[in-house]
Amino acid sequence: MTTINPALPADQPPAASVPLNYLTERRGWLSWLVTIDHKRIGVMYLVSILTAFLLGGIFAILVRTELLGPSKTIVTADTYNQFFTLHGAIMIFLVIIPSIPAALGNFVLPIMLGAKDLAFPRLNLLSYYLYVLGAVLAVVSIVMGSVDTGWTFYPPYAIDPTHARFGGVIPVLLGVFVLGFSSIFTGLNFIVTIHKLRPPGMGWFRLPLFLWSLYATSIIQVLATPVLGVTVLLLILERALRFGIFHPGLGGDPLLYQHFFWFYSHPAVYIMILPAMGVISELISVFSRKHIFGYHFIAFSSIAIAVFGFFVWGHHMFVSGQSPLVTVLFSLLTYSVSIPSAVKVFNWLATLRGGSISLKTPMLYALGFIFMFGIGGLTGLFLGALATDVHLHDTYFVVAHFHYVMMGGALIALLGGLHYWWPKITGRMYSETWGRLAFVLIFVGFNVTFFPQFIMGSHGMPRRYFNYPPEFASLHQLSTLGSYVMGIGFVLVAGYLLHALFRGRIAPANPWGGATLEWQCASPPPTENFATPPVAGDPYDFSDLEYDPAVGGYVVRTSGAAGANT
Amino acid sequence: MIGGLLAQATTLPSVAPGGRSFWLPPRAEGAAAQADAVFYFIYWVSLFFFILIVALMVYFVIRYRRRVEGERPVGGAAHNTRLEITWSIIPLILVVIMFYLGFRGYMDLVNPPAGAMDIHVLAQKWSWNFTYPNGHDDPELHLPAGRDVRLVLTSNDVVHSFYVPAFRKKCDAVPGRYTYLWFREPQPGEYLALCAEYCGTGHSDMLTRVVVHDPADFEKWLAQASDPFRTRSYAEVGRLLVARKCASCHSVDGRAGVGPTFKRLYGHPVRLQDGTTVTADENYIRDSILYPARQVVAGYSPVMPTFRGQLKDREITALIEYLKELAGHPDQQEP
Repeated sequence: MTTINPALPADQPPAASVPLNYLTERRGWLSWLVTIDHKRIGVMYLVSILTAFLLGGIFAILVRTELLGPSKTIVTADTYNQFFTLHGAIMIFLVIIPSIPAALGNFVLPIMLGAKDLAFPRLNLLSYYLYVLGAVLAVVSIVMGSVDTGWTFYPPYAIDPTHARFGGVIPVLLGVFVLGFSSIFTGLNFIVTIHKLRPPGMGWFRLPLFLWSLYATSIIQVLATPVLGVTVLLLILERALRFGIFHPGLGGDPLLYQHFFWFYSHPAVYIMILPAMGVISELISVFSRKHIFGYHFIAFSSIAIAVFGFFVWGHHMFVSGQSPLVTVLFSLLTYSVSIPSAVKVFNWLATLRGGSISLKTPMLYALGFIFMFGIGGLTGLFLGALATDVHLHDTYFVVAHFHYVMMGGALIALLGGLHYWWPKITGRMYSETWGRLAFVLIFVGFNVTFFPQFIMGSHGMPRRYFNYPPEFASLHQLSTLGSYVMGIGFVLVAGYLLHALFRGRIAPANPWGGATLEWQCASPPPTENFATPPVAGDPYDFSDLEYDPAVGGYVVRTSGAAGANT
Repeated sequence: MIGGLLAQATTLPSVAPGGRSFWLPPRAEGAAAQADAVFYFIYWVSLFFFILIVALMVYFVIRYRRRVEGERPVGGAAHNTRLEITWSIIPLILVVIMFYLGFRGYMDLVNPPAGAMDIHVLAQKWSWNFTYPNGHDDPELHLPAGRDVRLVLTSNDVVHSFYVPAFRKKCDAVPGRYTYLWFREPQPGEYLALCAEYCGTGHSDMLTRVVVHDPADFEKWLAQASDPFRTRSYAEVGRLLVARKCASCHSVDGRAGVGPTFKRLYGHPVRLQDGTTVTADENYIRDSILYPARQVVAGYSPVMPTFRGQLKDREITALIEYLKELAGHPDQQEP
């Protein structure tokens, strides 16, 4: 039995007047700007993050266009260096880190718990405004101050006083500092909410796996992000007051910065990928209509990845000159992360077996995730091995590897989750045909863009190169071609989703047959989510859900006929 | 201090000549075979698992596809501890093997044999300087084939990274400390060396040539390179110097680069950032090389590093003579 909820909207006959929901209950700009409703804040995050994605994507296309030929194609070396800095900083700090937790997590987490809101709704709104402030600071200062350091801000390059416009890197570092607080507050809010607001019947092992992954992510956000804050503050002091912490000319050590930076930025990789894995666990189970395989192993693997992720930062520094002993230890520890990731993939495959697999758009993204994350994860093995990393480090092999994980993984899962919860968020269905077509364009475009980069990297093409040896020209051109195909795919997604917003079919409460609590309230949900707190059951028991062609979605079986199937 | 006295001083070799393989360029160093063996071990294991995962996924999707919306699944177990442990242990064993193979190769990499020849490497924006045991400085790395060579790297400004793809090795050059890299018995030929750590405007032009000579030829090269003036005019030496030291920022054909072109520079008026105009005479050029921040040309950023202590007086004179040639100046004469 999934749920016992007498006030199930999907069961009710259509009311004469449309009931109010979180979008329609209050109107006007002000009602959005000062809202403390987690759903509205989630939507504001979503709009902001997708705007940042558009900006970062434009810079990606500019970078790829410049690389159509060696040397100057459209811009100078300095402008190119600013392009890839903007692309990296926007995509990491403004898009991928906040994407799934702050946008989708904000919207879904309290509803999955049957709660009215997060534990601290006002703190949630503050998180959002810190995100906006940090984003504006970062983007404006990178553009105006022409920052060209790459998103990693390595000293001494980043604190060179000849980069003097607008104080060089200082404003963008302040932006990163502010964004860090946004991330910490969101993590704190999620941890408290998951601990305190679970409904009756939901023990820790009835928590949807998406929430396990958000919980693991939040732990990293709360523990690692303060280190980033301290690091960028030190870098600001170094730049402004010549402190002598990182600059060898002042008695500092540039490797110290790299250690501090990666102490945050490696766990940050798991801030990006863990929520993505959580989304995939939901999608695979729902669209196979079958109980997730190995629930405990998937749940604990999220925690394992979060914990192990703290001890592997040194693998970004294998050729930096750090001590060989430390290097060997980091190589060994790095491999520990691969096991829980592999366990997740095998469990997803086992979930598919014996299912009733529906190839709706969100599921295509989930299957695409397994394919691309598979490549991204397996190519990480080459980089964890010391003998091969010495050759591959800082080449396009690394660029391809982290794009397969971050974009082929995290971003594809964001798209999958967006398509999955879109009916819940907006109350409208999008066109399946266009959705599938756009997926194919993005999937093909992505692989054409990034697979050639593995080949280039293995042949020695270094990253962040404006000019390149002529023998790499044809692979670079292929890669650029792929990025254009992918770009068309994203424009298509924007087109049909916007169309759906105004013209889409009205969404039923449960279009896909999900058993987690958010599918029990109306689409879109009312402001208070549930009239009475629902009682949670097994989030992956689909046996009581039945397809109702009249509704175009799934409803809880009303007759007493039992028939456990899973 | 200049050297590598090859006729076509400005054309660089490809990463590693003669390569047709899909992965990895041809290797030209004694330890590279071991690195490549690790690469291919991981490659085949990864390929096996990738094909397994995708094949199972595609098979399940086709076999268990939903034919009618609302259809119930065939079903199956929701957990199997034995299976979970199996697919945790097998990858664990494989990655421990991968770690061990990578570790063994790395131990080799950080422990140069006694008796290796030391060459000091100084990186700066955006050129390399190699100092040979006899004190000769050169912008190219020349090595005797079949001998072990240890590089001792450091940087003058920001972090750089010395990378030779054909040798499968790189190492960061960090200001304020020394780092080490060694090559086991490199094979004769010409290879490309690149900067692999982002260092600003000229990062992607911070390339140089690695020339591996037969041992006898290496000695001959070193002797000749150590004294370029013996066989060359000042202007010729100057041309080589410009090609090696200046060409990544200053063109000789009139194109604007990071810095102004050398074509028609000598004897011509130069507008400076502070609004004044000076004539580019011997002293102006000498000052610009030794104290580049003093007289910055209008429209350019003050990014040029000083070459104080790196160019001898005689070499500066040679450089000036070459600039005179580029100016087509009537006074230009062989000294």
